[in-house]
Amino acid sequence: MNIIVLAKQVPNTTEMKVNKETGTLIRDGIETIINPDDLAGIEAALRIKEKNGAKVTVVTMGPNNAESMLREAYGLGVDETVLVTDKAFAGSDTLATSKILAEAIKNLEYDLIIAGRQAIDGDTAQVGPQIAELLSLPQVSYVEEITDIEEGFITVIKSTETHSFELNVRMPALITTLSELNTARYMNVKDVWESYDKEVKKFNNNDLKLNKEEIGLKGSPTRVKKTFIKAITKKSEKQILNAAKAADVIVEALNPHL
Amino acid sequence: MTKDIFVYVEVQDNKIMDVSLELINKAKELIDSRKDFGFQVVGVLIGNKISNLAAEVIYYGADKVIVCDHADLSLYNTMNYAEIIKGIIKKYNPEIFLYGGTILGRDLAPRVSAKVNTGLTADATSIEFDPNDEFSKELWITRPAFGGNLFATIVCPNHKPQMATVRGNVFEKAIRCENKRGEILEYKYDIITNNAITLVRKIDKIQKKSDITKAKIIVSGGRGMSSNIDLLEETAINLKGEVGASRALIDEGLCPKTIQVGQTGKTVKPIIYLACGISGAVQHTAGMENSEMIIAINTDENAPIFDVADISIVGDASKILHELNTRFK
Ligand SMILES: Cc1cc2nc3c(=O)[nH]c(=O)nc-3n(C[C@H](O)[C@H](O)[C@H](O)COP(=O)(O)OP(=O)(O)OC[C@H]3O[C@@H](n4cnc5c(N)ncnc54)[C@H](O)[C@@H]3O)c2cc1C
Ligand SMILES: Nc1ncnc2c1ncn2[C@@H]1O[C@H](COP(=O)(O)O)[C@@H](O)[C@H]1O
Repeated sequence: MNIIVLAKQVPNTTEMKVNKETGTLIRDGIETIINPDDLAGIEAALRIKEKNGAKVTVVTMGPNNAESMLREAYGLGVDETVLVTDKAFAGSDTLATSKILAEAIKNLEYDLIIAGRQAIDGDTAQVGPQIAELLSLPQVSYVEEITDIEEGFITVIKSTETHSFELNVRMPALITTLSELNTARYMNVKDVWESYDKEVKKFNNNDLKLNKEEIGLKGSPTRVKKTFIKAITKKSEKQILNAAKAADVIVEALNPHL
Repeated sequence: MTKDIFVYVEVQDNKIMDVSLELINKAKELIDSRKDFGFQVVGVLIGNKISNLAAEVIYYGADKVIVCDHADLSLYNTMNYAEIIKGIIKKYNPEIFLYGGTILGRDLAPRVSAKVNTGLTADATSIEFDPNDEFSKELWITRPAFGGNLFATIVCPNHKPQMATVRGNVFEKAIRCENKRGEILEYKYDIITNNAITLVRKIDKIQKKSDITKAKIIVSGGRGMSSNIDLLEETAINLKGEVGASRALIDEGLCPKTIQVGQTGKTVKPIIYLACGISGAVQHTAGMENSEMIIAINTDENAPIFDVADISIVGDASKILHELNTRFK
């Protein structure tokens, strides 16, 4: 069985700060991490590999330095990695990204594609379902448990706001995983050592031959018109109060609603 | 010519989701801001035995409802639903198509966007027509990015429909009005039997006793309350409200994820939001700043929560809640 995991290198947004004067992100010195939902996808693939045997390939689209993330994936024990990179891909929105990744995937073998539910830098949760559509695959998003996998089928549990569903999905198929799905393993020292000798396959647009109108900024239906930080408007005066006084103030505010 | 604003009307357990009704009303507001366009609000209702709900969509503000009711549509299946929506888009050419940012909406809308080759903006927090050009049909959709550290306004100038998903409680729904009249159109579709995904079993979630998105009063706690969770619960009972929490309490395993308020939790809009020991990080305030009244208690007078509070109390939240509870004895 061949499993492709889509993983994105993202800035650790918990450490992100905004320059209040320019309204832009301060990216300097921010560490990059494997997007958490994708890390769960890699772990899920590795567990399937251990149980049923599988070849696990991690695919990412990004700048050249995303290679370091792929080395990390080797350190976790994946079998192959692919970096999809080209200047022409820069500025792609989710749809253009999905077209590029889908085209790259067509050059690979797969029974199962695992994407993360969403990337923490954009939080869009679109790339998984879009790729499923572009490759005409059945999809189950927000997978929180893989209960079974056997020849040609995978069984998963996903929840909506009100119910959980156990679904049997015919492969080839695409699922998106939540970081809650599992806890990723640590890197294996031997694998980390060996990762430096392993090949990171590279695809650029000479390989994929996508129409320039479909990729990058030009191929992106959505545009960022502007970015800004929210202006703070102070609404009330601060009151330093002892407990009794504070309780009085709260009760007064609550009274009409109790 | 593209026209009209379409809203996907999501149904769960034979009930229309509130977020869909909120979007119907938002669509109506958008149309009222550009009366000359002559746009209408159109609800799209897909499922099995859902025709009876079409009138409801009209009572909440839709001018038209397109209904696709079919026995094979009882189990939601992304491929079928996306195919139906594509058919509807091809037939009616909407200018705008909005979806609730629910688990289903965030599964369906991106699939549709790839199918009809258009843009999709996720988790919109505000939607308006281009404020600089009264003749423009361009939607300006604003959303948080980079973990809420920044807001971005996104447009989709050259592809139709312009699409967005919007979370619940961001917009207000209209008051139900049974006098409202509208048109109900049936959409016929030959279901392609698609057995790629089959249901093994449906598991009813244990009925959560609380649903903070519907609560009128929320007593919410942050890390400053981590050793006094029971005080939050006691206060919520006294005030006939629900307990909410910042992510800090969820990460510490003190509260369930279902009550997390914020960007990666729920968006809430109660009459009163009592924030106790919450610093007020943007990711938290994104989920509660539209509450009708925010009362914040924090020991740190510089806590950013005070920037959004209507009543700002500098003090020890545990002591104050304790005192408050004695008033209800
Ligand atoms: C991508 C992303 C998504 C996120 N999503 C969410 C989300 O959905 N929801 C969310 O809440 N957070 C979210 N966060 C986390 C958020 O950034 C903050 O870390 C979190 O909200 C902080 O929680 P807190 O205010 O409870 O804790 P802290 O920031 O530690 O604040 C505790 C506060 O309690 C006060 N305090 C201490 N003792 C007392 C006392 N006795 N009485 C009164 N006050 C006291 C302190 O002065 C302090 O202000 C997200 C972060 C990221 C990066
Ligand atoms: N540039 C990328 N390279 C590889 N995978 C990606 C990329 N962008 C998005 N994905 C995958 O799609 C998922 C959803 O991303 P998003 O739609 O950006 O929230 C991520 O969790 C990844 O699995």
